[in-house]
Amino acid sequence: MKERTYEKYFRQNRLPHIWCPGCGNGIAMKAIVQAVEMRGLPRDKTIIVSGIGCSSRASGYMDFDTLHTAHGRAIPFATGIKLANPELNVIVITGDGDCTAIGGNHFIHGARRNIDLTVVLFNNTIYGMTGGQASPMTPLHKKATTAPYGSVDRPFDACNLAQAAGASYVARSTAFHVQHMTDMIAEGISCRGFAFIETVVQCPTAYGRKNKMPDPAEMMKWMRDNAVMKTAWDRMPEEKKADKFPIGVFHRHQAVEYTEAYSEVITLAQEGGK
Amino acid sequence: MTDMKLMQGNEACAAGAVAAGVRFFGGYPITPSTEIAETMAKILPSVGGCFVQMEDEIGGMGVVLGASLAGKKVLTATSGPGFSLKQELIGYAACAEIPVVIVNVQRVGPSTGQPTSPAQGDVMQARWGTHGDHPMIALSPWTVRETFDAAVMAVNYAERFRTPVILLMDEIVGHLRENVQLPAAENIDIYPRRCPSKTRLQGYEPYAPEADLVPNPADFGTGYRIHVTGLVHDYTGFPSGSPAVTEEFIDRLHKKILLAQDEITHYDEFFMDDAEYAVVSYGGVARTAYEAVRQARAKGIKAGMIRLMTIWPFADKVIRRNAESLKGILVPELNYGQLKYEVERAAGGKCPVKLLAKYNTEIFVPGEILEGIEALKGGRL
Ligand SMILES: Cc1ncc(C[n+]2csc(CCOP(=O)(O)OP(=O)(O)O)c2C)c(N)n1
Ligand code: SF4
Ligand SMILES: [Mg+2]
Repeated sequence: MKERTYEKYFRQNRLPHIWCPGCGNGIAMKAIVQAVEMRGLPRDKTIIVSGIGCSSRASGYMDFDTLHTAHGRAIPFATGIKLANPELNVIVITGDGDCTAIGGNHFIHGARRNIDLTVVLFNNTIYGMTGGQASPMTPLHKKATTAPYGSVDRPFDACNLAQAAGASYVARSTAFHVQHMTDMIAEGISCRGFAFIETVVQCPTAYGRKNKMPDPAEMMKWMRDNAVMKTAWDRMPEEKKADKFPIGVFHRHQAVEYTEAYSEVITLAQEGGK
Repeated sequence: MTDMKLMQGNEACAAGAVAAGVRFFGGYPITPSTEIAETMAKILPSVGGCFVQMEDEIGGMGVVLGASLAGKKVLTATSGPGFSLKQELIGYAACAEIPVVIVNVQRVGPSTGQPTSPAQGDVMQARWGTHGDHPMIALSPWTVRETFDAAVMAVNYAERFRTPVILLMDEIVGHLRENVQLPAAENIDIYPRRCPSKTRLQGYEPYAPEADLVPNPADFGTGYRIHVTGLVHDYTGFPSGSPAVTEEFIDRLHKKILLAQDEITHYDEFFMDDAEYAVVSYGGVARTAYEAVRQARAKGIKAGMIRLMTIWPFADKVIRRNAESLKGILVPELNYGQLKYEVERAAGGKCPVKLLAKYNTEIFVPGEILEGIEALKGGRL
């Protein structure tokens, strides 16, 4: 059996975690530390920043400097850390509500600045922590405690949003495709600029039970059957897309990174120049 | 001392912050505080620091808290509407004990109110604006020169107590221009951020209090691998649901300020030795009050003045001590009545405390406050 070298990245004394049996958050958390290991990031120069939600509790289990911020605000805090000390590697963990509802403005502006952060969105398409209210990523007609007749709010595609706002790297994966997810995150870490990875995770408790899929294994099979690799997706006839969704890397565009741009401001100011 | 120069209150605020070691500013423009951001945008990169204009005041607050955790001394500046937006993260800073200075150059509210007019309507918001029990330090300067000193002091207190400090300015002082002589750099006392006293292996606990009840969480990136959260936490920094931990935590937050309360309560007393009536005043209004008190003296009224620079924690002791021998206190405020009630509480019934409120965008003229003193004396207030 392969050695579980990633275990050293967890605070063993903080485990077991608070997540429900079958929750997908642990899979995504493990993928992040494996990506950190793959990229050989120095642990003491790597900071994990999260918002508020079930997903954002991950920071407490990870043995780095970790920051559990306020709901929606992980990206501004992370921006401050990175600007204050550009040699640090900053990874943000956020939920679909945290990132695209209350934190939506910070999300697009982080991407616009193209600051060197790796943002991993754990997308369970629901507000897990508060017991199953609809999020801006809840699919149309799916049920939530605040959408008892099915949601009529059109959902965001967070990947399209990140790309349109100026991110350097945009990808999606799922908890079923563990190795793929790890690779997507690892490439995001390598990217110098705003890297965004949406990873679909199952929430059997707050989402599955309300939407006739209470079994976590069933939810993962749904991911297996409906996620389509980008290359295949691009060749797929429209009528077959229906409930399916693409995964893979959607966007790579190396633009000027923000802390680098600001270091030029410092040079200019110190030369007393205009 | 350096050369005399003409300076605006907002510029003095920025200069004081930089002199105290601030190297990071994040914020969002709003009248009448904008010159602080503009000055910081210009100065900070030239001293190797960083200025960032965020998407809103919440982002402005988040970005400075992140930078503070990464080791920088930080400042953000705003006015009424922006101060309201910052409140949640001011509480975060109180809970996670992150040093930060928030400048609020007060203008007329509520809401968008009168954006270019002075007010003192955020005195209570400065104290209680964020939810939950927390202590607060707020300083309110009355001159351009003192704004510089207050900015230095605010940064030092934020670092020393690891707490948010509010520099509660007003449009009068923010936009005032005065000739000032700033102290030379070597004469400015700077509180350096403390470092952890133990290593990880020696059992370092980031939120274990020192003798002054202030903890020493390590800066990010220095190898301590700490956890910072806005949830109630124990000395390890990790969340705890325990009633005992919660009680001790809330107690400690308050007591760390209480222990130093006398030292951080700054005020002036003018003509108080034989005073029968006193004006208690703060911020830009104190300038007018001082002139009114002098005019009262010229008319033979035994008037004096207590000028509060520290608004929070409130200067209970000086008010109580003076109230014993006074026949009345007048509190002129550019609001509907806020600090007056604190003065009344501190006076403890020893003498009447009367409010002179103004909230129509205009500032007081000395004659109005003089009339107030005369009315107080004549029992007509
Ligand atoms: C300002 C604020 N508003 C509301 C909440 C309550 N709240 C906590 S978590 C959450 C939603 C979390 O959903 P998501 O970001 O999708 O994370 P998940 O729990 O699903 O992982 C809400 C509304 C809060 N903590 N702070
Ligand atoms: S409520 Fe959902 S997201 Fe939260 S821990 Fe349970 S399964 Fe996971
Ligand atoms: Mg969610």
